[in-house]
Formats: sequence, C-alpha cells, structure tokens
Amino acid sequence: MLILYIITALLTGLSLLASPRKTGRALRIALRRFLKIAPAFLGMLMLVAVALYLFPDHVLGQMLARENKWIAAGSAIGVGSVSIMPGFIAFPLCGILLNQGALYMVLSAFSTTLMMVGVVTFPLERMYLGTRLALCRNGVSFIIAIVVAIATGLFFGELP
Amino acid sequence: MKSLKQHPWTAGASVLFSLFILGSLCTGFAPGKAIGQNFLLFLGQMLRVLPCIFILIGLFDVWVKTESVEKHLGHGSGLLSYGWAVLLAGTTVGGLHVALPVAHALYIKRARLSVVLVFLSAAGACRIPMTLFEASFLGWRFTCIRFAVSLPLILLSSATIGWWFDRLHYRLPDAGEMTPDK
Repeated sequence: MLILYIITALLTGLSLLASPRKTGRALRIALRRFLKIAPAFLGMLMLVAVALYLFPDHVLGQMLARENKWIAAGSAIGVGSVSIMPGFIAFPLCGILLNQGALYMVLSAFSTTLMMVGVVTFPLERMYLGTRLALCRNGVSFIIAIVVAIATGLFFGELP
Repeated sequence: MKSLKQHPWTAGASVLFSLFILGSLCTGFAPGKAIGQNFLLFLGQMLRVLPCIFILIGLFDVWVKTESVEKHLGHGSGLLSYGWAVLLAGTTVGGLHVALPVAHALYIKRARLSVVLVFLSAAGACRIPMTLFEASFLGWRFTCIRFAVSLPLILLSSATIGWWFDRLHYRLPDAGEMTPDK
C-alpha cells in the first residue's frame, strides 16, 4: 500500500516538474473520471456490505467444510461468486479451513471465483464494459473457475 | 447532481440504504448496524486506494501517447501484447474494482479488447502480492496448479471473446466520449 503512495507521489512530482499545465489536466481528468464512476462504486459498496453481513467468516467456514465434497464445492463456487473479499482476509481463512480438513478443490473453487467472478462488482463492471460484455466475462470466468477446481481436485487426488 | 439523474437506481438505493442504517442506529437494530459498519470499513479501504489509482490514470492519460499503447497492445500488436497485459495485471493492487478503471483507460488509448480482457482476468487471478500470500497459506503446489490451468484458459477465452465482440463492432460505453486528447 505504501508503495502505491510513493509511486503516485513520485510520478506526480516528476510530472509537475516536466509540465505543470499537463499535470493540472491530469488531475482534472482524474477527478472527472472518479466523480463519473462514484455512484457505481457506492452501489457496489452497499452490495458488499450486505453480502458480508449475510456470509460472515464462520458461516463460510461451515459451508466450505461440509462432508459431501460436491455440496462443499458447489457452495464454494456460489459464495465465491457473490462475495468479494480482500486477499488478506480470504487467504488466512482458506488456510484455517485447510487445517480443519477442507479440500483443496473446494478452496480453489472458492478463491478463484472470489477473484474472477463478481456479482457485487457487477454494477461497476457494467458501467465500464457494458452489460453484455460484463455478463459474458463473468460467465466465462465462472466456467474457468469450475475447470480450475476440477483440475486441482484431480491433482491432489481428491477426485476419483 | 447530473450523475444522480443518470443513476436513478443507485440514487434510490442510496437513500433507502442510508435511511435503513440511520433507522437501525436509532432503534438499535443489530444487523443494520453491522451492515453500516461493513460499509464504512470498505469505504475506508476504497478511499485509501482509489485516489492514487485515478491520479495515476490521469497521468497515464496525459503523458502516454495513444500511438505507443496502440503499437504494443492494440490491433496489429502480436502475441507479446498478452504477455504485457499479464505482467501489468500482476503488478496491480486491489481487486476487480481497481483493475476496471485501468482497463478502461487502456481501451481508450486503443488497446484491443482481447488484451483489455486478459488484463482484467489476470488482475483477478495473477496479482503478484496476492499470489505470494496465497502460496504461504495454501502451499506452492496449489498456486502452481491454479496458475497452470487458469492462465491458458484466460488467454484463450479473452482472445475468443475479444474477437467475437470485435466482429460485432462492440464499443465500451463512454469510449467515444472520454477521448484522451480533449
């Protein structure tokens, strides 16, 4: 995170030295684009807030550590698609679940859909990509996540 | 205000949402308070990252020539362009919500659609800091197999979707309006 601030400050400084006029334009562009997309971000935040309430960590844990591996994998894909979660929460959670006996296949399904499929980010994605392309990208990512999960299961010998 | 009119759904939902949170605070309704807390937590996280990202996008817009993006990532650039997209995605921070404005900025500078899609998906699956984190919790074998399977699929599917939407003459929304050299 700190690196991001340093890089931004450094580049802005360099830009200022090179041309204050252009830098001013860059900042205006930044502000304009930010304001334009801010409502969609708000929409996403509201959805995230509700989704996180509905699926707190311990509920997630129960769903992913089911005995039946198909149900566990299915719910992993479902929950992973709906919710988004920062990596620093998701992976420690996955680590704990692994120790509790969750399958690699299930964790793979969960983390891949978490990162690549976003129902709650959809309002935002729609603004940038358009509805059709956003739907298409999420659909394909969903299928990729299933394939990755199956491959992981085969590799770790969890699938027959 | 103009943007509020353009987003009647978001505006309506925001009003309902804030009424719900305020109401929950007054009456002590626990789920509402928890949701409000989640909202503030994420809002804080966004506000720590997004200003930097948008400033970087602004600088990118002003300083990087359309021709150079087009040459390396646009139509007519070779397979190497996908490599650049994956590398670029590997260094991004945050999630999809951060990658989206960046992807859009690339598209405006005439990167081709399939490259933009590779960037977006790779930003989800292959971010370097996140990968290190993942490997430390789930082991290198897990991470390797995930990469080995997902990366080729991402490349293949993005190329296909890009080709298909190009044939439909699909344009991203606002792509015309936000021309870089205005």
